Amino acid sequence: MPQIFHPSTNAFAKATIFGAVFILVGISVAAGLFVRSPYITQVDVVRDQPVPFSHDHHAAGLGIDCRYCHTTVETSSFAGMPNTETCMGCHSLIWRNSPLLEPVRASWRNGAPLVWTRVYDLPDYVYFNHSIHVAKGVACENCHGRVDRMPLMRKVVSLHMEWCLDCHRHPENAVGSLADVFKFGRKPVGGATQIDEDKASTAVATTDAQPNLVEKYKIATTQLADCVICHR
Amino acid sequence: MTSTLLPILDESCRAAGCESRGQARRTAYWRSLDELAETADFKELLAREFPSQLAVWDDPVGRRNFLKLMAASFALAGITGCTREPLETIVPYVRAQPEITPGRPLYFATAMTRGGYALGLLAESHMGRPTKLEGNPDHPASLGATDALAQASILDLYDPDRSQTVIRRSVIETWDHFLTALTTELGPIRERRGEGLRILTERVTSPTLARQLEALLEDLPEANWHQFDPAGFDNAYEGARQAFGRTVETRYDFSRADIIVSLDADFLSTLPASLRYAREFIDGRRVSARPTSMNRLYVIESTPTITGAMADHHLARRPSLIEPAARMLAGQLGLDVGQPSSAAAEDIVPQDWLRALVSDLNAHRGAGLVIAGEGQPPSVHALAHAINQALGNVGSTVIHTVPVMARPRSGRESFANLVSDMHAGRVDTLVMLGGNPVFTAPGMLDFEQALAQVRLRVHLSEYYDETSFLCDWHVPAAHYLESWGDARAYDGTATIMQPLIAPLYGGRTAYELVAALAGKGGQSSYEIVQDYWRGELGEANFGDSWQRAVHDGVIPQTAADTLDVRVTSSFGNERASPDAPPFPDGELEAVFRPDPTIWDGRFANNAWLQELPKPLTKLTWDNAAYLSPATAEQRALANGDVIEITLEGRSIEAPVWTLPGQADGCVSLTLGYGRSKSGRVGTGLGYNAYTLRPNADAWFAHGASIRKTGGHYKLVTTQGHHNMEGRDIVRVHTFEQLQSGAAGQHKHDAEPLPSLYPEYEYTGNAWGMVIDQTACIGCNACVAACQAENNIPTVGKDQVAVGREMQWLRIDRYYHGSPQDPETYFQPMMCLHCEMAPCEVVCPVAATVHDSEGTNNMIYNRCVGTRYCSNNCPYKVRRFNYLQYTDEITPSLKLMRNPDVTVRSRGVMEKCSYCIQRISHARIDAKREMRPIRDGEVITACQQACPTRAIVFGNLNDTAAEVRKLKGSPLNYGVLAELNTQPRTTHLARVTNPHPDLAAPAGDEPKPRDEGNS
Repeated sequence: MPQIFHPSTNAFAKATIFGAVFILVGISVAAGLFVRSPYITQVDVVRDQPVPFSHDHHAAGLGIDCRYCHTTVETSSFAGMPNTETCMGCHSLIWRNSPLLEPVRASWRNGAPLVWTRVYDLPDYVYFNHSIHVAKGVACENCHGRVDRMPLMRKVVSLHMEWCLDCHRHPENAVGSLADVFKFGRKPVGGATQIDEDKASTAVATTDAQPNLVEKYKIATTQLADCVICHR
Repeated sequence: MTSTLLPILDESCRAAGCESRGQARRTAYWRSLDELAETADFKELLAREFPSQLAVWDDPVGRRNFLKLMAASFALAGITGCTREPLETIVPYVRAQPEITPGRPLYFATAMTRGGYALGLLAESHMGRPTKLEGNPDHPASLGATDALAQASILDLYDPDRSQTVIRRSVIETWDHFLTALTTELGPIRERRGEGLRILTERVTSPTLARQLEALLEDLPEANWHQFDPAGFDNAYEGARQAFGRTVETRYDFSRADIIVSLDADFLSTLPASLRYAREFIDGRRVSARPTSMNRLYVIESTPTITGAMADHHLARRPSLIEPAARMLAGQLGLDVGQPSSAAAEDIVPQDWLRALVSDLNAHRGAGLVIAGEGQPPSVHALAHAINQALGNVGSTVIHTVPVMARPRSGRESFANLVSDMHAGRVDTLVMLGGNPVFTAPGMLDFEQALAQVRLRVHLSEYYDETSFLCDWHVPAAHYLESWGDARAYDGTATIMQPLIAPLYGGRTAYELVAALAGKGGQSSYEIVQDYWRGELGEANFGDSWQRAVHDGVIPQTAADTLDVRVTSSFGNERASPDAPPFPDGELEAVFRPDPTIWDGRFANNAWLQELPKPLTKLTWDNAAYLSPATAEQRALANGDVIEITLEGRSIEAPVWTLPGQADGCVSLTLGYGRSKSGRVGTGLGYNAYTLRPNADAWFAHGASIRKTGGHYKLVTTQGHHNMEGRDIVRVHTFEQLQSGAAGQHKHDAEPLPSLYPEYEYTGNAWGMVIDQTACIGCNACVAACQAENNIPTVGKDQVAVGREMQWLRIDRYYHGSPQDPETYFQPMMCLHCEMAPCEVVCPVAATVHDSEGTNNMIYNRCVGTRYCSNNCPYKVRRFNYLQYTDEITPSLKLMRNPDVTVRSRGVMEKCSYCIQRISHARIDAKREMRPIRDGEVITACQQACPTRAIVFGNLNDTAAEVRKLKGSPLNYGVLAELNTQPRTTHLARVTNPHPDLAAPAGDEPKPRDEGNS
């Protein structure tokens, strides 16, 4: 029976055997990088929406407060999406004939709701509550980024559990003044890293004028990393 | 079970301490006859230790293949983590909904009816979807509690098997066509002033419907209206007629009763006011709150009920012996009634028993209560009325009012007349509003044959059932959560039932159909009900008073007027022979009872109720013919043997179940099973006991004979599973022991044991629970409530057979004493949230962990299904999804699920979470307001449903919390605390209150009982 492999292939075999550890480590690292890649996390991916709504224009340009549309953010787990009536409150008077707003007018005429695509979507076994976060000084910006600079909405964080736990283990890095929760561009202070202004700032830090916000807001630091805080 | 029962009785005698045998394991408390007799089956069950966790791999796959598959599974398991979340949408409202906050439920007052009587409810609604029902605290029949049937009725709402369209002789039709056809048919009937038109309803308490029907009958005087309820209360009405000469509704005030005598009355579960009675009855026994006095319950009954299980003194007697027993009692109290012959008397009620009972009743005049059961004939009800009057109980514990039911003519006459008229061809058109008489009519009446004589048959019902199938027109009925309506509670208080959701399947209501009969076809239920109450509440400010009535769920000042009636002198002589009829050898008495979980059959398609273990037998998915151990032994019958039961020429086949505490000489049959057209769940389960029933208010019959067929039928029970090996799981003390301070000391309750694991410290909340076994009546409401709250799936009979039922909460039932007439104890058991939890340390992936508030959490998304935790749990309270039990396909069931609880899929362990979602809601609300969680702010689902407040939950670090006070009771103990698991849920020992002159039944050491043994 003729030899199938040339003797030189022995080198490959040896390299494979002795390199097994490196190969396994390499696969693990690659897998780790893969799940954190924008391909999986969908960070910065803009979704198709029925109306190309611009937060940049409405929030920054016109200065409309977040809570004008996201009405239940302070009372409920769900921040709330504006009903068509809210849109029409203004758009029955301005931009009445804009073709971009036709789906809104159609919804108002027909009574059929607008169907938006979720940008921030947690798995169904994760129970996130907006109201408690904004009540304890976690700003919209901390998770949603500089929405006031987004013409089209996109996700700016991975929403991986490790990202959640970063804050839940060190709330002092995320908690800011309650007065600023619905404002954008809170400046990092002290030794905190200068952040990319377009990215979400999990590193927004307390200012010197507001020491011990965690204590002041009675944030139960011992409890925040319990599994059942989010999973139930 | 394979052995005969002879060794059982022998062994039981030993176990109960009749004779001491050194080497025998002394089983003071036992849970099944198998266990008591230590049969081979039972030993095998123990050997396998944990049958619910048996390996699922029964395929003949070799080790190599197994390893290959496992390797591939592990390799692929990682890849599942690398998928993207699927795209989801958000759909906001078009118009602002100011009252709806997405993520926060709303509660609406409504009511459910059973036997026509209302039970006030609060329905939880998540953005328009009703998901859970709670009791309405303002409603007199509920007081905030619910029963298992009410909890499970939410599943009926979403049942995909409900009828979805109008059907005319099996062809799909429309409501409009039905109205047109009805109008055409009614023309000639109107000309005949209604002759030949009959309307058949279930028991009606609805003031609106009663008014509508009365008006219709005024319009068509030759027509007639009949009411028929297979589990009705006609014997009570008829008994009142015998006693008082007029129809009277009797209600009871158990809160004033010190001595209670039940003559075959299951007042804790079958009456319209059972939830209230249970609360009041237990409040009189709650020694943790009122340690100075305790009421005492005497029960004489034929077939064991949960009321009998609560008895301090219990006699099991076949049903025909209850009337002589009542006569003996009446005679001893000085009433002039016929007495049974003295030779028979001792066999009916033992002398010392009767003496103790009479002395108790005499010593508590005005605070006694004698109640006769619906299963007893009118004469027993009349006797009870006479006894209550003689003892001065009327006006105190017994209150007579005008009837709550509309037109309370005797249901027997009414329904029997209807059927005989139908047979005679005098009925031209029959309109049936609800009910399923083809199935529920007593077999002797041959309703099916009678129906064939009727020209036009119309049936309104929620399901296309046995009756619909034989009708010309079938109209789907709306569920009570889909329609406007009204109904009265046991005391007459009216409730407006408001819908939570538009009819899912286009259902219609009886109001609309009667309006159509009256020629007002377009009227909606809302208009009809509102019109009626506009007249009652007054035109002035009607908008406000209507809003208030709908919002509160009760309408003030609608309770029935009390009556001052006296017993007429002649009642006692109505029956010539007070002796029981002759009881020839070989014959049995047949006893009929509504099923404890599916009632008269209307809940047959409800999987939650089918799988809910029956309170005493713990059977699921079936009914059986219940026999006493002695009767079964005499006839060499074992559990599962199929017998043929014959009564007056009709016979059925049913499997035998031996029931400790069942009276000798009778066979008990439960109604509601044997449905042939119920839906995917209920069709074909069990046997149909209606076939044997002689008439609609005969709850027992003489002259039944049984014959062994030789067949065997597999009955499935949850009883033998989850065994807890002869340790002192249930503790029982007498009231005397408690008062003398002798209760509560126990050999296992030494100082806390040291542990190798570090102690936890709780600076914030520390949750804990106490379950009072004196208060638990074993009614199953908590089990059903837990199932509804926590999205728990059902598994089906085959899976229950291998111990894979999923209910997080179970109620263990223990017996003590002789199997002929044992004491029965209930023990709710769920995850006890151990401080030193054995499950936590063995989980390889930390999917079950302790949190900083002391609860033991199950993290589903982390669980990989090793089941080590369950294996290591001494309480056997963990449940594993061996298969994909949760129905994730049926669209209507998705609407039903609690959005705050993760829906589990195959391969995941689950267990009681202390309703962590409710804790989370309260915690977030409290933290947002920067305050601590108040006591009573977190109420678990089981606690909320419990009619007797047997379950108390709260923060152990809160010195004012009720749960903390109860933990200080001398009755408080941890189950299997000797294992140093330090359970956070502890139990309060059961306290009984036997008469000092009768043998004390309770205590840690087994003692024989005098009565009931032969």
